[in-house]
Amino acid sequence: MIERCFARNMGQIENQIKDEVTILFAGDSGDGIQLTGGQFTDTAALLGNDISTFPNFPAEIRAPQGTVAGVSGFQLHFGSIELFTPGDHADVLVVMNAAALKSNLDSLKKGGIVVANISGFDKKNLRLAKYDDGVNPLNDGTLDGYKIHEVDVTKITRETLKESGLGTKAVDRSKNMFVLGFLYWMYNRKLDNTIRFLEKKFSKKPELIQSNIAVLKAGYYYGDTAEAIASRFEVKPANIKAGTYRNIMGNEATAIGLIAASQKTGLNLFCGTYPITPASDILHFLSKYKNFGVKTVQAEDEIAGICAAIGASFGGALGITTSSGPGIALKGEAIGLANIYEIPLVIVNVQRGGPSTGLPTKTEQADLFQALYGRNGESPIPVIAAQSPKDCFSAAYEACRIAIEHMTPVFLLTDGYIANGSEPWEVIKSEDLPDIEVKFAEPRELEDPAFLPYKRNEKLVRPWAIPGTKGLAHRIGGLEKDFETGNVSYDPENHERMVKVRQAKVDKIADYIPEQELDAGEDTGDVLLLSWGSTYGAVKTAAKILINEGEKVSHAHVKYLNPLPKNLGELVKKFDKVVMPEMNNGQFIKIIREKFLVDAIGLNKIKGLPFVTQEIVKKVKEVLA
Amino acid sequence: MMPEVKEKKITAKDYASDQDVKWCPGCGDYSILKQVQSVCAELALKKDETVFISGIGCSSRFPYYMDTYGMHSIHGRGPAFVMGLKTARPELNVWMITGDGDSMSIGGNHFIHLLRRNVDVNVLLFNNQIYGLTKGQYSPTSEQGKVTKSTPYGSIDHPFNPLSLAMGAEATFVARTMDRDPKHMRPILIEGEKHRGTSLIEIYQNCNIFNDGAFFPFTEKTTKADNTIFIEHGKPLLFGAEHRKAIVLDGFTPKVVNTADVAETELWIHDKHDRVKASILTRFFDDPREEGALPRPFGIFYQEKRPVYEEGVSAQVEKHVKEKGGPNLNLLLEGPNTWTIK
Repeated sequence: MIERCFARNMGQIENQIKDEVTILFAGDSGDGIQLTGGQFTDTAALLGNDISTFPNFPAEIRAPQGTVAGVSGFQLHFGSIELFTPGDHADVLVVMNAAALKSNLDSLKKGGIVVANISGFDKKNLRLAKYDDGVNPLNDGTLDGYKIHEVDVTKITRETLKESGLGTKAVDRSKNMFVLGFLYWMYNRKLDNTIRFLEKKFSKKPELIQSNIAVLKAGYYYGDTAEAIASRFEVKPANIKAGTYRNIMGNEATAIGLIAASQKTGLNLFCGTYPITPASDILHFLSKYKNFGVKTVQAEDEIAGICAAIGASFGGALGITTSSGPGIALKGEAIGLANIYEIPLVIVNVQRGGPSTGLPTKTEQADLFQALYGRNGESPIPVIAAQSPKDCFSAAYEACRIAIEHMTPVFLLTDGYIANGSEPWEVIKSEDLPDIEVKFAEPRELEDPAFLPYKRNEKLVRPWAIPGTKGLAHRIGGLEKDFETGNVSYDPENHERMVKVRQAKVDKIADYIPEQELDAGEDTGDVLLLSWGSTYGAVKTAAKILINEGEKVSHAHVKYLNPLPKNLGELVKKFDKVVMPEMNNGQFIKIIREKFLVDAIGLNKIKGLPFVTQEIVKKVKEVLA
Repeated sequence: MMPEVKEKKITAKDYASDQDVKWCPGCGDYSILKQVQSVCAELALKKDETVFISGIGCSSRFPYYMDTYGMHSIHGRGPAFVMGLKTARPELNVWMITGDGDSMSIGGNHFIHLLRRNVDVNVLLFNNQIYGLTKGQYSPTSEQGKVTKSTPYGSIDHPFNPLSLAMGAEATFVARTMDRDPKHMRPILIEGEKHRGTSLIEIYQNCNIFNDGAFFPFTEKTTKADNTIFIEHGKPLLFGAEHRKAIVLDGFTPKVVNTADVAETELWIHDKHDRVKASILTRFFDDPREEGALPRPFGIFYQEKRPVYEEGVSAQVEKHVKEKGGPNLNLLLEGPNTWTIK
């Protein structure tokens, strides 16, 4: 029997307090879902909730309206407690049409609330969503066990704006504001933040400010007057550390991290790149900040993008290239060149489902081996992985530090999940950022000793001698070089020596990175959850749950994947069992097994979707049993 | 008063690195290296501000032999390194060395994009119509039917005409010269260096090991006069012994006539700023062995003034600094919306 939320008793509305709520907005990619979710997020953040979000959009830009392929989603987790993931399952699923319900019902908790726009469930929409003739999921028992609010959003929106003089198309475009207003009512939120947003967004089209605000309010008052809803919810501000916060998306954090490194070092940022999902936003962000001296080149292809970045680095700029798996594959030869040039370069891989074109808009962390080994010859390259949207900032900054201080290309791995996800970030001050040491080789007079472009310092790092420096004219190339002069050398002993020293140089970086720490739990126990990259939030939450249940479980999250922190092996060996969740078929686990001879147990999910906490909890319990 | 410092006159040798040149004896590359070093000296280019960038191939070893900054990069990608370096450091003087395999085959894409962007660089395209470093396979500029190790029964592919390709790619400086005529090469190199933008100079270069004599009809005394035409801005298109032959346009069709048979007003006067006529000139691509072949032109085909890519990039940066003010990292870190928790 479907629980329809009809009459409330004597007009009483129950007000429930919740620690955390997950809302999933879903509709056609043209329904303004991302904007609706983004607005609710900003409002929740301003109220002091902790938040974590995850947008989920189709690979097609405008897939046919009403079809499952065209459904765009935005998941928002907000709470009065600390949150580390966008939520395992939604408490509320907002669906603008039948296709949105069909593709997202699995994500809703049993007993959860469905808010359905019933005009999106007419004959045409049901047919487009490929429901059988005469079948409507709103009344065929599909939703048994859920609470359903059926609202004719389209009709009420048109009704609200019938005097506005706007055309039907423009009127219908504001129906997302109705949904937003209704949810604001449901969760006791104020409208001011969104009203300010609308005033700014449509400052040149005042008629749209009025119409959108009218619909937003209509949604809000609908909650008050519809007499259909029995409960409202309240999520109190979270007990977050005092400070000033902003909301940040992963790709934006990466871009800002790169700019921050360029500002702190005084090196001009040069990004040579080629558009690819889900990395393009980094280019979009960077290309806006020209007043920071940022130069971006949208090259003719991936290869040209990285080669241009290497050219810029040779000239003394901070060279960056950004891409995703397939693009990184194309860049492979140039990465090898940067390796033998021994020149600073940051390669950002916003990973997505692979192989080949794979799942462009879905997430995966299956490019770790590509980063570590995806080149010809012995070509060791440092690898850093970001763990959350805000962590993309520090990971990007750290990648630049290592690239510059150790004269090497560095891989920064993020993925579609954290690149597009967002969370609050305590605003950091420029003066609090760690220093990065930049040293160009000094000019030389004719009578000075010969310049040796490959002579190394105590870090095994060669000098960065940039064109325009007197007396340092020299040639670098992809051919093997003599140990000090850098001249072409085919000498067998020299080649082996160079291969070894390039490896030693990268290994030595371990002396200049922090030791591995435990994120949670005791330093010995039954199970160590060992994770890397974007699984951080889900694994951390799982560890918390297990520890609270009294299990001897700890969690370590590895940020430096090459070289590994020096104490990692020792840390890992203190646990009976090591469980390694990865969104791939088992990559980091092979490294841990090989390096430390530890019989680690894999937990692998390769569905283009992030882990949910319970999957990890369940696995650990199996291992403990 | 400061004593006057007498600077030693800079010579071609000053641009030679201490590395042994390792091209095959008799290779056309030697002549080009010598001319480039000599032109560098003549123009007194600053060694510390000059960069030679190359791809892969015989010719691409060139930077190792120049005592300037240099990058020997990867196959076909030279233009991308050039674009990055010039965008980051527009003040540097950059030269790119490439071959017909490097820029017409694996690097074809980068080559055309460099030209359309008009990055300020001198591109020397060493065309020997063969793959030398991989030991003798046909190249995208080899004539059809070419018998090589990889095409024992003759190549099927129709060859590229590099200068027509360059015109199609919106090049702003298009020229051709040859290794065996250093007197012709020199002024072309100098003009290319003076041009603001991408100066494409195709150099016919003899590979005496794998494709010896590919250009002999154009370079050897006995055949040169009839098979070549040296074009100069403002001068009529005359060729042959004692310039007895001329080219005139019949509509859009070029025709060979006896100079004596046409009035002076009917002669085709070369105008390097005329895009259409320059394009027609680049189409003079007949096989010299065929009857009635048009002579192969050498000289500057085309030149136009067009804004340079890296200056456009820098101008945008400057404009934004002016409009938005210089960088303020703290503002960037803060973002547009913050909230405070007490």
